[in-house]
Parts: sequence; C-alpha cells; structure tokens
Amino acid sequence: MKATVHIFLKAGVLDVQGKAVEGALNGLAGTAGWSDVANVRVGKVLEFDLNSTDKAAAEAEVKSMCEKLLANTVIESYRIEVA
Amino acid sequence: MKAAVLVFPGSNCDRDCKLAVEVTTGAQVSMVWHQDTSLPAGLDLIVVPGGFSYGDYLRCGAMASLSPVMAEVVKAAQRGVSVVGICNGFQILCEAGLLPGALMRNAGLKYVCKPIELTIENRNTRFTSAYGDKASVWMTQGNGDGNFFADAETLKAIEDNHQVVFRYVENPNGSVNNIAGIMNAEGNVLGMMPHPDRAFEPALGSADGAPLFHSLMRVLQAA
Repeated sequence: MKATVHIFLKAGVLDVQGKAVEGALNGLAGTAGWSDVANVRVGKVLEFDLNSTDKAAAEAEVKSMCEKLLANTVIESYRIEVA
Repeated sequence: MKAAVLVFPGSNCDRDCKLAVEVTTGAQVSMVWHQDTSLPAGLDLIVVPGGFSYGDYLRCGAMASLSPVMAEVVKAAQRGVSVVGICNGFQILCEAGLLPGALMRNAGLKYVCKPIELTIENRNTRFTSAYGDKASVWMTQGNGDGNFFADAETLKAIEDNHQVVFRYVENPNGSVNNIAGIMNAEGNVLGMMPHPDRAFEPALGSADGAPLFHSLMRVLQAA
C-alpha cells in the first residue's frame, strides 16, 4: 500500500514561510492579474510504500511513525492517507 | 570532571565543545559517536553540540534525537547527570523530550549569525552559579531555526518554575518571551541557542561562556 502524510504547523503556530509566500503572492497579484490570497501555509508531503495489505493496520503503523518521528506534535499536525 | 561530547553526522561544534570544556574545567572529555549504545562510565557532563545533524532534514534535531546514543543520554539525564545542548544540541534535546517546547524557523526567515547579548534569568542553577551578579553576557548565535516555541500552558509552567535560564536582550528570531535557553524542571538539563563554546576565552571575542562550565565544576567540587 502507498502512504501519503501531510504535515503542517498547527493552527495558531505562526508559519513564517507561509507569511512570506503570502506576501510574495499578493505583491505580484496586481501585475499578474491574481486576486489576493490569505492564510498561506507551507507544509510538507511524504510518500512511501508499505508492505502491509491491511488498510487499518497500515494506518495505525503510519500514525505511530508520525508520532515518533515524522511530525513534532508540539508544533505540527499531520494527516494520513493510505491507499 | 568526566565529560562526553556526542558526535552526530553533521555535527560541526563537537570539537569546539570538547576544547571549551577542557580549557575551562580541565575535564577529561570523550567523544561519543551517535551509533554507540553505551556512554563512558562515571560521566558528570554530556554535551550535545551544535551543527546540522542529518543535514537538518525533516526537522532540525529530529533524526538525531532517535539515535541509539540518545536512549542512553535520556537514561543518564534521568539519573541526574548534567546535560548541555547547544544550538542543534538544544533542538535535539527538545525533540528527544528532555526539554519542553520546540525550535522553529527564525521569524525573520534569516540565518542569524552574530554576537548576542543575554540576560541571566536564573543564577541559582548548576549552569549559572559562577556568573555572580554580572548583568548581561555576550555569546555568539548561529542558526536558522532558533525560534523557541511552547504553547501557553507549557510556557507558563516553564516561567513559574524558573526554568528560563537565558533571555535575549534583543530578540533575534521571534522566540516566545525572548527565551534563549531553558532547563528541565529537575534543573540538570540545559538547552540554549547561543554558543558558550564559541565564547570561552577573550581571544574569541568573549569569555562569557566560560562561567557556564565553571559553574558545573563548582557543583562537583561542592559535592
């Protein structure tokens, strides 16, 4: 099975990269013909293959990976997709 | 005093730390590779040095915090051995759960590399007793992810327990409450972003890092 993990800073934790990207997008908006954007968040996506063929077991395994290594739950939240 | 400096792939202040401890305390310092599954016997101090362990991949300090040697460091810390994490070492100690909070990207998005002035917030610790009544000290800062964060509840606990050891006079990175260094509730684990290992003799521009190591010696001499 294939796992996809999305990791973002938690709501309420200032995402300084997101703010910088938001500033850049809105700075270009006039000349590029875009409308302004808000609440840009920069996160990361990890993809990997699992040996497991059981979806529930795979999800539990990936959740454990997130808690132990992939995310720092002091500042980050994560979302798992297994297919 | 018997001390050990951990070495991870990507550590770059390990030898600075060894020299700083040797010069300031005369201690015998061992270098311990991150894959080691035991620490030298009878250690009084473990230094987790600065650098870019594992290339700062995933999150600064995340993979280093799960190295085999860190399991031993956690056990030693629980026994009361002094542990000092500097810069990347601070990030590793937070990731390992030995210190509360986390270090995030600097608020200005820039790598901050400069001498920096700090106030000593708690002089009654095993890391600061030799500072006397010195109002502020200078060390150097060199990091891209030194922005200390803790949620409101954790922050209140840190402040109420006097766990903030150093604060920035001018906040360079957005750290909450201007926090530059904290210790654990038990008072034997210190993490700080500024480098005492780059400020231990006047030729380096400042010797204000030296009393930190002198303080640790004092504790041993008193024991």
